[in-house]
Amino acid sequence: MGEKEKKHITPRRRFFTDMAHHIGLGTMGVMLLGGYATKAKSSPLTLRPPAAIPENDFLKTCIKCGLCAEACVNRPQNLTRDGKRKDEFGTLKMAKANDNVTVGTPFFTPRDTPCYMCEDIPCVPACPTEALDITKVTNPKTNELDIRKMDMGVAVVDVHSCIAFWGLQCDACYRACPLLDEAIKLQYNRNSRTGKHAFLEPVVNPDVCTGCGLCEKACVTEKPAIFVLPKDVAQGKVGDHYVKGWDKKDQQRVGDRNEKDITTHDDRSKKKPLDYLNSNQLGL
Amino acid sequence: MGMNRRDFLKSSAAATAAAAVGISVPQEVQAAAKSAEQGWRWDKAPCRFCGTGCGIMLATKDGKIVAVKGDPAAPVNRGLNCIKGYFNAKIMYGADRLTQPLMRVNEKGEFDKQGQFKPISWKQAFDEMEKQIKKALKEKGPEGVAVFGSGQYTIMEGYAALKMMKAGFRSNAIDPNARHCMASAVVGFYQTFGIDEPSGCYDDIELTDTIISWGSNMAEMHPILWSRVTDRKLSDPDRVKVVNIQTYTHRSCDLSDFNIIFRPNTDLALWNYIAREIVYNHPEAIDWDFVKKHIVFTAGPVNIGYGMRRAGEKSITPVRPDGSAGLYSAKEMKIINKEMAKKVSPLEAPALKPYGYKEGDTMKNIPGTLAHWMISFEDYKKSLEPFTLDYVAKIAKGDPDESLESFKKKLKDLATLYIEKDRKVVSFWTMGMNQHTRGTWDNTLSYNVHFLLNKQAKPGNGAYSLTGQPSACGTAREVGTFTHRYPADLMVKNPKHRAKVEKKWMLPEGTLNPVGKQHIVAIQRGLEDGLVKFAWVNVCNAFQDTANANHWIKAARKTDNFIVTSDGYPGISAMVSDLVLPSAMIYEKWGGYGNAERRTQLWKQQVVPVGNAMSDTWQWLELAKRFTVKDVWGEYAPSGPRKKTLPSVIEAAKKMGYKEDTTMFDILFANKEAKKYTIDDPQLKGFDDSDSLGDNRKVLGSDGKEWKGYGFFVHKYLFEEYAWFGRGHGHDLAPFDMYQKVRGLKWPVVDGKETFWRFNTKYDPYAAKAAKAAGIKDFAFYGPLAKKLFSGSLTKPDKKAGKKPIPNKAKIFARPYMDPPEMPDKEYDTWLCTGRVLEHWHSGTMTMRVPELFRAVPEALCYMNPKDAQKRGVKRGELVWVESRRGKVKARVETRGRNRPPRGLVFVPWFDEKVFINKVTLDATCPMSKQTDYKKCAVKIYKA
Repeated sequence: MGEKEKKHITPRRRFFTDMAHHIGLGTMGVMLLGGYATKAKSSPLTLRPPAAIPENDFLKTCIKCGLCAEACVNRPQNLTRDGKRKDEFGTLKMAKANDNVTVGTPFFTPRDTPCYMCEDIPCVPACPTEALDITKVTNPKTNELDIRKMDMGVAVVDVHSCIAFWGLQCDACYRACPLLDEAIKLQYNRNSRTGKHAFLEPVVNPDVCTGCGLCEKACVTEKPAIFVLPKDVAQGKVGDHYVKGWDKKDQQRVGDRNEKDITTHDDRSKKKPLDYLNSNQLGL
Repeated sequence: MGMNRRDFLKSSAAATAAAAVGISVPQEVQAAAKSAEQGWRWDKAPCRFCGTGCGIMLATKDGKIVAVKGDPAAPVNRGLNCIKGYFNAKIMYGADRLTQPLMRVNEKGEFDKQGQFKPISWKQAFDEMEKQIKKALKEKGPEGVAVFGSGQYTIMEGYAALKMMKAGFRSNAIDPNARHCMASAVVGFYQTFGIDEPSGCYDDIELTDTIISWGSNMAEMHPILWSRVTDRKLSDPDRVKVVNIQTYTHRSCDLSDFNIIFRPNTDLALWNYIAREIVYNHPEAIDWDFVKKHIVFTAGPVNIGYGMRRAGEKSITPVRPDGSAGLYSAKEMKIINKEMAKKVSPLEAPALKPYGYKEGDTMKNIPGTLAHWMISFEDYKKSLEPFTLDYVAKIAKGDPDESLESFKKKLKDLATLYIEKDRKVVSFWTMGMNQHTRGTWDNTLSYNVHFLLNKQAKPGNGAYSLTGQPSACGTAREVGTFTHRYPADLMVKNPKHRAKVEKKWMLPEGTLNPVGKQHIVAIQRGLEDGLVKFAWVNVCNAFQDTANANHWIKAARKTDNFIVTSDGYPGISAMVSDLVLPSAMIYEKWGGYGNAERRTQLWKQQVVPVGNAMSDTWQWLELAKRFTVKDVWGEYAPSGPRKKTLPSVIEAAKKMGYKEDTTMFDILFANKEAKKYTIDDPQLKGFDDSDSLGDNRKVLGSDGKEWKGYGFFVHKYLFEEYAWFGRGHGHDLAPFDMYQKVRGLKWPVVDGKETFWRFNTKYDPYAAKAAKAAGIKDFAFYGPLAKKLFSGSLTKPDKKAGKKPIPNKAKIFARPYMDPPEMPDKEYDTWLCTGRVLEHWHSGTMTMRVPELFRAVPEALCYMNPKDAQKRGVKRGELVWVESRRGKVKARVETRGRNRPPRGLVFVPWFDEKVFINKVTLDATCPMSKQTDYKKCAVKIYKA
């Protein structure tokens, strides 16, 4: 999620971002997927192909040509060995009228078909307009494509419906993760109820997770307890004014700051000090 | 459950058992459940899947299982499950359950080997089986009638199958798929302890300081036990150490303090290295008091082959000038020829030096033998001499990208953990050490280390074989559904044991066939050779699970034989069969399983089977009705492995009061003993028993008439008769009724108390008794098998002095490192290791039909090192051919998944019939245990 995207945040997305802060991600996922999304014409929860530029720009730039989906569908890894209809197995779909996605634009639904994170990312170079920006998935040092830079969304765990948090030995998501032990790690906790078993709980590292959705696909609960949301929907953000004192790398998170960034404005500071002091608001 | 708490506690024996298993908890649970649910009946059962033996509760309503929960009262899992256990409620209700017998028929509806499957009646099915078995008996004798049995048989159905095969058909050609999973552990137990099954129990996990896992991925294969290991580690992270030792990195490695990746087969060298460290560099760590009192040192032949086909067998005859032979290609024969003779390689030469071999020697192999004799400690010490750190590190380092120094440090650290005084150590293993062409050796080598240090058969200390299947212990091993066994460690080849079994089974003397050599791989080979003419697959998927499958699926379809598969769902075995029978699945019948800590667990039939499915017990008993004394108890000419005539016992049978037309059903199953178990038994109240009572489906039975039940409590009869064999002999089981109440008990159950640690006089009443009689203390290794031995040197016994008895002693074996028969070379340059994944059970017939598990893992992947993939120009997700000298399959490459092999090795699980990896694997076995080595063969890999 870059600077650029923040500027393009839509009121609708801001609404969800705020909600995420207030009521917790688990509940929100349920609400959004189940309720709001069916009404929206183009859901803010839409997952776009790898290297998609921010949504508003994407909608302006994508010419709905379908070349990315074509490239995806033709991948050998998306074909079954007995040669079933290949379009059932492509990850990327071009939205149809009832998909709740702007018609004709590419998207994917991990629970049906996740992104298998092809090493040569065929969908991205196929894009003729830079709606899929190849530089976003290119390692600047080697100038090679790097799947780890894919950034389609982030997996979120609803800890109430995740059976690993009940103590069951599941972790299907963890074993399905292509960046296993990096994007999803197991957190060990002791189970005081049984006195002799441990919880092995999946925890997502949003910095590494690409949003491929293999975890969502693998989840064994009826409705997945782990699911992918666009990063701006799913994630909060800590202010740039505070750096973790115990983490040397954390300074990189905030980047450089200049005077413009650090000056704060609010209702109170609208008044100049002299105006305030001379306002005689005490009526003396 | 009919009995209230007060009634139950009246018996003091029961009360003790109850205290041990926490019986008060389920009562509370039941009470809570009753008030909350909507007409659901909750009842207990073990989980259907692995050898861990978790307890579950099943809710039934309107004749269907509607829900499942972990049983909070079950000591193994305390209410938890893994994801296979989580789906127990769903496994029986796949839309393609088999509900009707199906047979290959012609247009007239008659059996036709080339025909298509069509539904038939149970009567037609038994008519054809009867005809085909009679034909097979006539042509090939009892050896021509075979059964692929199972470690997933219930205790009762395993016992019924064993009894009909061995007493009825007089055939020892019954062997379970458990042969593939723990036969090496069994022979290890027999050789070391003289009696089968582990000395410890799962409580060792909470009591130990060190968990060392050898060739075992507990995180995926025994997840509930792994969560206990994890909890133990968390309880004291600095003190508790976890080490994983295997040929590739897997999920269990997540928790380890360090991992050892070794070159396939060199675990033999690793064990010997640890023993050498003890004997040469830390002799003070040897508990001489223990060793002198309780241990003898032993050795056996090393030139025992690899359990492959031997020269002269029909299917590898004639040998042609191009090197091919019979039905086997020249490439296949290149490996098979090593069965007869091999060249000693530079890798194994140092280890074989004390046995008189040097590099380049031709080792002439004798067929596998269990023979062994006593040697001196000095000879044992001599056998360890070659296993220096340098030698072992050189041959055993399995990851070419790891430095020798790093590997050596790990070996030293490993030895230190074992040796450290006052450190408790448990060594767990599963298939890695059992599926091994020297699996028996590997098992005994583990006990060596624990014995030297006196860290065996004590709380928190011991080498511990974990089983894979839910009743590999309870049925396959304890009931003895092996070619060479009867219940409770009684042996086919022992005339006294046969006499005992004949007496209990009310058989004429001499009925039982004294030759039991048709183990499960031999049965497949027998089909190919034309010896076996009738084979019945029970509770397993023999044609998907046997290595080198191309030969066996061809033999099933191309030769003059008749194959029957009983199953819940159609799989590969059903597909290559001539007749398919619909079986009741686990909770559709009464049953019992025994887990890897000797815990026997029984359950009641929860629901009526689907369609016209019937239990395997019923199928066996109905088949027994078709055979009379004169049909099966006549004389049989030598056949297959049996070189002597099997005499007629018909006259002797008549003297016992049987008639020529008395059926095997009447003799073996519906006899006067059986009928004492009446159907007014309180255990049956409120529950179905489709076998004893019939049921509301009114299935048309084997005679074409409505099935109304046997009229006696057949499952209780079978269990109690079977349990008789072990009671008083160290295998004591509690009464049938007791098991209906408790969450299982660890045998031997003596005076109502289960046994936690065997052979230890503090915990095992049998050990206490034996020790008292012998005037020894602390331990008594009282197992009776192979307790009279010659003495000799490392290379041969000295028979002049005769055999000496070694009562109450266990054994330490001198056993070297040797190469497996097939190793990567220039053309087939990669090791193939096969195995399992958490999501799927065995061949996937059940779990691949649970939509959630299928979605989680829809196909078997070829796990490969990224550098190997790059070298072959294949990308992750692309398809490759995995090809050996025997066959090839296509699989998708995974370079970043749950299993991370070192360069030079790939891992492919076998659950997926579309990635039929057993077409590729080699059917070499441990020549002593006859267990197949699925963990190593040589393949080449190229882009598909």
